Amino acid sequence: MVTIGHYLVLSSVLFAIGAGGVLLRRNGIATLLGIELMLNAANVAFVAFAKQHGNLEGQVVVFFVMAVAAAEVAVGLALLVAIFRRLQSIDVDRLSAMRW
Amino acid sequence: MELWVFYLAAAAAVASALVAVTHRNPVINVLALIVTFFCVAVNFALMGADFLAGAQVLIYAGAILVLFLFVVMLLGAPTVSAEENPRPIQKTLGAFLAALVAAAGFFFFRGFSGEGLASPHAGVTTHALGRLLVGPHLFAFELVSVVLLAALIGALVLVKRKH
Amino acid sequence: MWAEVGVTAFKLAVIAGVLLTVVPVMTWVERRGAAFIQDRLGPNRVGPWGLLQPVADAVKLLFKEDVTPAHVSKGLYFLAPAIAVFVALSTFIVIPFAKAEGITLFGVPLKGLIVAPDLNIGVLYLLALSSISVYGIVLAGWASNNKYSLLGGLRSSAQLISYELAMTLAVLGVLLANGDLRLTTIVEHQGKLWNAVPQFLGFLVFLVAAFAETNRLPFDLAEAENELVAGYHVEFSSMKFAAFMMSEYINMTTVSALATTLYLGGWNLPGVSLPSGWLGLLLSFAIFFAKVGFLLWLFVWVRWTLPRFRFDQLMRLGWKGLIPLALLNLLWVSLGLTQGWW
Repeated sequence: MVTIGHYLVLSSVLFAIGAGGVLLRRNGIATLLGIELMLNAANVAFVAFAKQHGNLEGQVVVFFVMAVAAAEVAVGLALLVAIFRRLQSIDVDRLSAMRW
Repeated sequence: MELWVFYLAAAAAVASALVAVTHRNPVINVLALIVTFFCVAVNFALMGADFLAGAQVLIYAGAILVLFLFVVMLLGAPTVSAEENPRPIQKTLGAFLAALVAAAGFFFFRGFSGEGLASPHAGVTTHALGRLLVGPHLFAFELVSVVLLAALIGALVLVKRKH
Repeated sequence: MWAEVGVTAFKLAVIAGVLLTVVPVMTWVERRGAAFIQDRLGPNRVGPWGLLQPVADAVKLLFKEDVTPAHVSKGLYFLAPAIAVFVALSTFIVIPFAKAEGITLFGVPLKGLIVAPDLNIGVLYLLALSSISVYGIVLAGWASNNKYSLLGGLRSSAQLISYELAMTLAVLGVLLANGDLRLTTIVEHQGKLWNAVPQFLGFLVFLVAAFAETNRLPFDLAEAENELVAGYHVEFSSMKFAAFMMSEYINMTTVSALATTLYLGGWNLPGVSLPSGWLGLLLSFAIFFAKVGFLLWLFVWVRWTLPRFRFDQLMRLGWKGLIPLALLNLLWVSLGLTQGWW
């Protein structure tokens, strides 16, 4: 039988993979993909908890997360395109112009 | 039966997520993430969240990742060369932190047994979700639409070429 | 259990049979129709009126040498046509074709002849899968490693994102009036009045977006023979090329069936009450496919009548023309709902 714990473990593993992607990759696209993965992992947890409590509030939150993720991707990709035009590269480590 | 579907979807999700964050070719990254999102949609369906399963495929796989693919192709699938500036300490530390998160989640959540309460809406969530969205959560709903509009304009401003 | 499996297999066989018949027939209709519109004869040598031409084409495509260019990215190159056909075929399984109330086959109710169980998110499933169909084209464009293909793929993805918004907003009007995402209830809802009448604007937007989603002229910028050679499938030969052709025609059929279900009343005819039982099933099937056939002919008709849009015109039409119109339609439908007009 699939318990809530199964989904939560899956969620935390996916979250860790996404976090690893954000921390380890220097390719801006991979970083953004990692963020998407983390958001999705959180969604799995939300739906699992919604199931645990037997109501739909958690699913409403997932709906909002999806909308915000869409907004985040639009801005993030626009930033990447702007960065690429400037540096001819999307290595996020090279964005050091504002570093003190 | 349900358990097997879960294990299959979960294994595929984890495997494709690993490919999505580790492969060097950004096109492959995006494609692998599509598979992950499909598997997550399967998990949503297993949990009785049918509307979210559909929305997951429509929004993530159908719109967000198409946008990703568009940008990847527009920029010519840029890769970052590995040799320059390798930073071994940061890499190890990052991997360790991610592994720590995974391990903590695994051992903490493993104890959660029980299948949860039976929701009266399991499998037919569309109506109930709609009522919640325009009822108690109306303010957040409107706010999200403003966020989307702001993102739309922001993206436009960011990529507009100055003449 | 096994009766259900058998009945599902039977339905699947019927649907797959219908779809795979539509493809050759449509290629013939397209070529003959084009010829008549341009005052030519078209293919008329193979069989009576050239009816066997599709068979000849199929044989030719099967026996052509399957060339894999050396510079392609192998895995994706093979994956792309497979995705195109898979998605095209799998969208069809939630569309209700025929009225089958009260008919059981080996104790299994037929319920509108839908292959899949009558999903309560049917419309969402359809929209979701049809939005996946772009990956076939985009990946083909990318994997071919050819500048024309790449341009085709890029155009296709930008076009799909823009037109999918308009299409979804148009469909939202139907869902609002209907109050359910189930396709069977949408058809039953239109027993008296087809949605195309009160929501004419929505229907218009849906049709235009459908042309764009299926990459048909006047929106076939992904192919655009005279600028991009053949766009995304220029490097594909033999059966891989045929797979793209097939998926295009199957997608046309799916979109026509969806338009029929959402706007043209499915198997309903105004003023006609269908008999129940097997006769009703056959009649409703025929009515449904007559409407789908008309829409398919519309695709051919428009293709050989209108010239291709320029890409900036396409984007302007999508964002500044169709989306406001679809929103207007939504406003109109909600006004009608509050006033109790429908």
